Amino acid sequence: MPMVGLETNKDGVSPPLWLLAELTYKCPLQCPYCSNPLEIAKYKDEISTEDWVRVMQQARKMGATQMGFSGGEPLVRQDLEELIQEARHLGYYTNLITSGVGMDEARVKRFKDAGLDHIQISFQASNEELNNFLGGTKSFEHKKEMARIVKKYDYPMVLNIVIHRKNIDQMRDILDMTVELNADYVELASTQYYGWSRINVDQLLPTREQLVKAEKIAMEYQEKLKGKSKIIYVIPDYYEKRPKPCMNGWGAIFLTITPDGTALPCHEAGQLPIEFPNVKDLSIQEIWNDSPGFNHFRGFDWMKEPCRSCPEKEKDFGGCRCQAFMMTGDAANADPVCDKSPHHQALLDDVERIGKIAAKEKNMDVKEQPLIFRNMKNSKKILKGESKAELV
Amino acid sequence: MDINKTDIPEVAPSFRLQWEEVQDCYVVLYPEGMVKLSGSAGEIMKRINGKLSINVIIKELETTFPENKLEDDVIKFLEVAYANGWIRNK
Ligand code: SF4
Ligand code: SF4
Repeated sequence: MPMVGLETNKDGVSPPLWLLAELTYKCPLQCPYCSNPLEIAKYKDEISTEDWVRVMQQARKMGATQMGFSGGEPLVRQDLEELIQEARHLGYYTNLITSGVGMDEARVKRFKDAGLDHIQISFQASNEELNNFLGGTKSFEHKKEMARIVKKYDYPMVLNIVIHRKNIDQMRDILDMTVELNADYVELASTQYYGWSRINVDQLLPTREQLVKAEKIAMEYQEKLKGKSKIIYVIPDYYEKRPKPCMNGWGAIFLTITPDGTALPCHEAGQLPIEFPNVKDLSIQEIWNDSPGFNHFRGFDWMKEPCRSCPEKEKDFGGCRCQAFMMTGDAANADPVCDKSPHHQALLDDVERIGKIAAKEKNMDVKEQPLIFRNMKNSKKILKGESKAELV
Repeated sequence: MDINKTDIPEVAPSFRLQWEEVQDCYVVLYPEGMVKLSGSAGEIMKRINGKLSINVIIKELETTFPENKLEDDVIKFLEVAYANGWIRNK
C-alpha cells in the first residue's frame, strides 16, 4: 500500500539543516558564470519580509541551523538587516553571501549589531581590469576595501573566487591577493555549469593543461598557509570520473527558497520538469516532508541503471539530477560525469570540442570572446527566444 | 600541540557552541558548517567559557561524573578542538 511506503519514507526523512534564502535576483553585477536561472527577468514579485520571517521560523523549528542570505545580490533588499536580526535571534548561524557591491562601513556595522556571523565576499579576478570586465561593473577596489572592513569588524573572512578559463591562469595572483587581504578561508570555486555558466560553457571551461597547473599552485599555497588560511579548491566535475554527491542527497539537508517563494531542494532544481511548492501556499514542514517535489528523488527507488545496482549509490546518490537532466534529457539518469553512464562519452566529446575553441582563442583578448553576460536584458531576450540560450 | 592545564580556553570568534533541541546534542557552528558533538564532548565544550582553566574544567567534570577517570579523554578532545580552531587560549 502506498500509504505505508510513504510512512516509512517519512520516518527516514531527516530535517533540513541548511536554509538558503535567495532574497532577490537583482544584482549590480553581470557575471557570465552566474548560476542563477536564465529566467531572472521573470521573477518580479519577491516575497515579503513577513514571508521570510515565517519561513525562517518554520525551518528553524524543524532543526535548520545554517542560514544563508544570497541572491542575486542580497544587499539590494532593504530589509536585509531585519532578516539577519530575526535569523540570529532564532538561533541560526547566519551567512551573508555577497559581491560586496552595495556595502559600506555603516552597513557592515549594522550587520554586526544585528548579529550576523559571517560575510563571504566574492571576487571575479585578482586584478582590476579582469575583475571589472567579468563583473560588468567597476567594483574591484571597492570589494578590496569591503574585505578590509569585514576584517576590521572581526568577521571570519571567507573569500570566494569562481574559477574558470578566463581567470584560472591568474591562480597565483589570486592567492596572493587573498593573502594580502588576510582571508581566513578561501574558496576557489570551479564554475559549475548551470544557468548562465551553462550557456557560456564554451568560453568558461578550463583546459586540462590549465587545471593541472592551477591545482599545483593551489596545493603549494595550501601547504604554505597551513594554520593561517584554509584554501578549498574543487576542480570542475567535467574532468572527474565520479559525480559529486549532490546536495548530500535530494531533500536530505538542503532547502533553497527563491525570490518568489518557490522552495527547491537545490538552487538549480527550478529547471527540472517537476512542480515545486511555494512558501506562500504551504508550511516548510509540509513542503519538506510531504510535497511530491521534495520526495521525487529521495531514497534510491527512483534510480535507473547503472545507478540502481551500483555499489557506490549511497556515496554519490547518482550525482546531480540537474546535470543528468541537462545532458541526457532525463533527470533520473546517472549524472554523465560518471564513467559508468552511457552518456559519459558525449561529455568527453564536448570537453574535447571546447578544448579546441580554447586553443583557437588562446591569444585573443578576453573582451573579444563571446560571453553572454547575466543581466535582465539578456534574460528577456532568452525568454523571448531571441538568444541562442537553448543551444545547450 | 602541548596542552598546558593552566590555560584558559574560549570558543574562537567565528565559532559558536549551541544546544540543539532537534538534534538532541551540542553543536559547533561555523561558516557554512556544523559539527555535532557527542554527549561527553558537549559536556566539555559547554564549560569552555574563557573563565575556567583546563584544570578546573577537569575537576568539575570529575565531580559531576565521579565514576570516571576523565583527564585523558578531556585532553584528547581539547587537542581536537584546538586543532580544528573551535577554541583558543584567552
Ligand atoms: S554571480 Fe555575479 S551576477 Fe550572479 S548573483 Fe553573484 S555577483 Fe550577481
Ligand atoms: S553508476 Fe550511478 S551510483 Fe554508481 S558511481 Fe555512477 S553515478 Fe554513482
